[in-house]
Amino acid sequence: MRSILATSLMVLLVAPVLAQTTAIVGGTVAIGDGSQPIEQGTVVFRDSRIVAAGAGIVVPPGAKVIDARGKWVAAGMVAGFSNLGLLDIEEVSNSNDTHAMKSSFGAAIDVAPAINPASAVVAMERAGGITRAIVSPSSMESIFASPTAMQSIFMGQGAVIDLGIGSPPITRARAFQYVELGENGARAAGGSRPAAYAALHDSFSEAQDYDRSPRSFDGRGKDSLIKRPDAAALMRVVDGKTPLLVHVERASDILSALALQKEYPHLNLVLVGAAEGWMVAKSIAAAHVPVITAGLIDLPEAFERLAATESNVGLLEKAGVVVALSTINMTEPEQQRRLNQQAGNLVAIAQMPGMTGLDWGQAFAAITSRPAQALGMDAQIGSLRPGRQADIVIWDGDPLELTSAPVAIFIDGQPQPTTSRQTELVHRYMNPVRGNLPKAYECRGGCAGPVEITHDAGP
Amino acid sequence: MIVVRPTPIKSRPRTASQATRHCAMVILLFTLVGCMVSAPALKKAASSPPGKTIYRYDQNPFPSTYKPYPGVPTLIRNVTVFDGEGGRIDHGAVLFSDGKVVEVALNVVAPTGATVIDGTGKWLTPGIIDIHSHLGVSAPPDVAANDDENEMTAPVTAEVWAEHSVWPQDPSFGRSLVNGGVTTMQILPGSGNLFGGRSVVLKNVYATTVQGMKFPDAPYGLKMACGENPKGIYGEKGREPSTRMGNIAIDRETWAKAVEYKRKWDKYEKQGGDPPDRDIAMDTLRAVLEGKILVQNHCYRADEMANVIDMSKEFGYHVTAFHHAIEGYKIADLLKANGVCAVVFADQYGFKLEAYDGVSENLALLYKAGVCVMIHSDERNGQQRLNQEVSKAVAAGCRAGIDIPDEVAWEFLSYNPAKALGIAERTGSLKPGKMADLVLWNGNPFSVYARPDKVWIDGALLFDARNPILRPMSDFELGQPGEGVIK
Repeated sequence: MRSILATSLMVLLVAPVLAQTTAIVGGTVAIGDGSQPIEQGTVVFRDSRIVAAGAGIVVPPGAKVIDARGKWVAAGMVAGFSNLGLLDIEEVSNSNDTHAMKSSFGAAIDVAPAINPASAVVAMERAGGITRAIVSPSSMESIFASPTAMQSIFMGQGAVIDLGIGSPPITRARAFQYVELGENGARAAGGSRPAAYAALHDSFSEAQDYDRSPRSFDGRGKDSLIKRPDAAALMRVVDGKTPLLVHVERASDILSALALQKEYPHLNLVLVGAAEGWMVAKSIAAAHVPVITAGLIDLPEAFERLAATESNVGLLEKAGVVVALSTINMTEPEQQRRLNQQAGNLVAIAQMPGMTGLDWGQAFAAITSRPAQALGMDAQIGSLRPGRQADIVIWDGDPLELTSAPVAIFIDGQPQPTTSRQTELVHRYMNPVRGNLPKAYECRGGCAGPVEITHDAGP
Repeated sequence: MIVVRPTPIKSRPRTASQATRHCAMVILLFTLVGCMVSAPALKKAASSPPGKTIYRYDQNPFPSTYKPYPGVPTLIRNVTVFDGEGGRIDHGAVLFSDGKVVEVALNVVAPTGATVIDGTGKWLTPGIIDIHSHLGVSAPPDVAANDDENEMTAPVTAEVWAEHSVWPQDPSFGRSLVNGGVTTMQILPGSGNLFGGRSVVLKNVYATTVQGMKFPDAPYGLKMACGENPKGIYGEKGREPSTRMGNIAIDRETWAKAVEYKRKWDKYEKQGGDPPDRDIAMDTLRAVLEGKILVQNHCYRADEMANVIDMSKEFGYHVTAFHHAIEGYKIADLLKANGVCAVVFADQYGFKLEAYDGVSENLALLYKAGVCVMIHSDERNGQQRLNQEVSKAVAAGCRAGIDIPDEVAWEFLSYNPAKALGIAERTGSLKPGKMADLVLWNGNPFSVYARPDKVWIDGALLFDARNPILRPMSDFELGQPGEGVIK
């Protein structure tokens, strides 16, 4: 089976990019919209878009057919809250564009121009089944760095990216604004939550001033709380054009954040973190506010997270909240490719007495369509429903299981490598004994398969 | 540096009979265990030369007071058994009684009065041993008041002992028991310093004192660190070490002092005379040179591990294990040849430059080369899922053509860490006479869908997913938001 698949992919990898229809047949299909997996299903895509996915789908005449019997054909994972493309190595500050503590700008910061799709991290995460990512500027510093004063509670504008080669990485620039209103917000604002709220209200007020009279707005002065581009970015938040991702964890902080909608009725809120969300799940559901959280946070690692439990996601889902998984608050180094492990664990706890988890379809949706839905983009990405971008991962088993791995990946319908820098290292050192030449002579140029050297698709 | 001069016992006020009475009071107030190990601070040498009084300083001034909780004779049958030493029995049975494993076989007859558990569809394994944990020394909430992991005021702090930082109320102990099936762990100081201090091995049983958790008579470890952490931390302070060569230079200077300290004390203990000045840091290093304390060495890069191995030969100590060993796969043959274990992650990589070459196949490649290899968490969330980490590492090995059966893979979780901690004679596998530290899983523990159903430590049932009473909660979480929900 593996050889049939590999051969089909080889053909795809060398074929010129032409309009064509592809059908992946015989596999267990996981659509990612919350539905349960479908055995013996078919996924059809044409060029970059999904045509159909499910059972009983007729393969269109002339379609290229990929045999996926014994495998799973699943929507690509969407990282719910990440720094992909913004760094090579977290603790090498030269390589790390996730935060800018000493910048005079806050809300104006836009990560899009900094995204580097050629980062080895992006290749590694793609090989693990991540096809899209929500990328946010961050308030988090390396745990080894000394604390630095922040300039703003607004961290700036994040993007949605794809992890494909050969095409521009940005799916949507300035897809959201990110603000800190919990413990981090207090620190950014000078030391307290009330100070953070004062900064928020004043910043919004400045943005409204700017909106009324851009010319008279004093956003270039040394003492301006916010600059002109900050004000412009925030105005798009106040009028609801740009979603506002609010990082809060504590139940009372969540209610305070939700209450902002009374004062700013157009705000398009999304909660990030929300470890104590389960305690106010009904309020979150009633406000129709989605949540981006982590699945396996169960320790009181901060005073704002004393009530953290692994049942948080399940209880929010039960209350009707749209919940997406992410690596926020994870103390292990971030690896988006292990979001499936979080999701699998949430299925596991559904079996445990007294705990609330997810069923398989819900859990898989939490790492595919739900992050897209949180940003209002689920009509474009995040599932195998018709019309979505053809981001498809073929797995050698259940995508939520620890032992499974991707064997083929498509982004925007284009086949992707499943190799990375790490694959090369393993090939080089499979046999550690001394050879006729030093190890430095082995695997140059990629003994694990052809290496893509350009991301420039041309004008 | 703390220097303590030992006081000869003859000048101490307490007579032998007073000491005995003191012991008797201890028996009344505490336990026999507490008495037996509460020895005077100085002991007369067993073989003093005639006419001279030679004293030894106390090797165990903070003795364990851990006492197993009561259990009942228990037979689990129709269960898939991984014995921890590579053995597997499908539809097997395990009997334990009086805190010890009694019999592991296909069929075991239930003794009269034994609790019999049907393990159909379940897996039974030795309790997981996390050889690299920071529970208690770096406890949640992550606030400065709880940060007791790294004594980062000097690059050599061999004088500190992790047990003096352990907060027994760390909520993480309970989580790693109920979600992770961890029954024993080594608490290490952090890796900020070249010589981080002594480790302590704990049973995962809550107590109000760290002594009450200490694994009885487990050897101590010495935490050492290579690479970016020490040179980065002290380089920023404008002092040595600021480079990798500075790291090794200070290491060698320190070992040279330790060799001299050992020589002086060995001579004194043999020949008498004036006792040498006592140095708490050097006590630990002397015990390393004697092989009594095991070196647990944080190190990422292949070249640095090779340097440390040569340094250990220069001064006559042995590195028990390299921890993290991100590039272990590049020198698997060297580790094997020198009998050094590798303590690894499943798939963490790239968070710092010295971890850039981490590969998911590391564990499998080391196993294939015959290295004593095992998994570790290094942090409180991963410590709840070590079985899952092994599963990922074994799967990566499988895709690289290295076949590791599940029952063999359990060695990475219990027997190999027990060996590297010097406690494999007593725990780490299901062999008759060993501690009844067991986990009953509700499915194959290498599946993401499995969780602990029951956990026993020394034969005492300390977690039962079906019994809300059998679920620990630390003092810190009492009366806090979310107290009533299962975490």
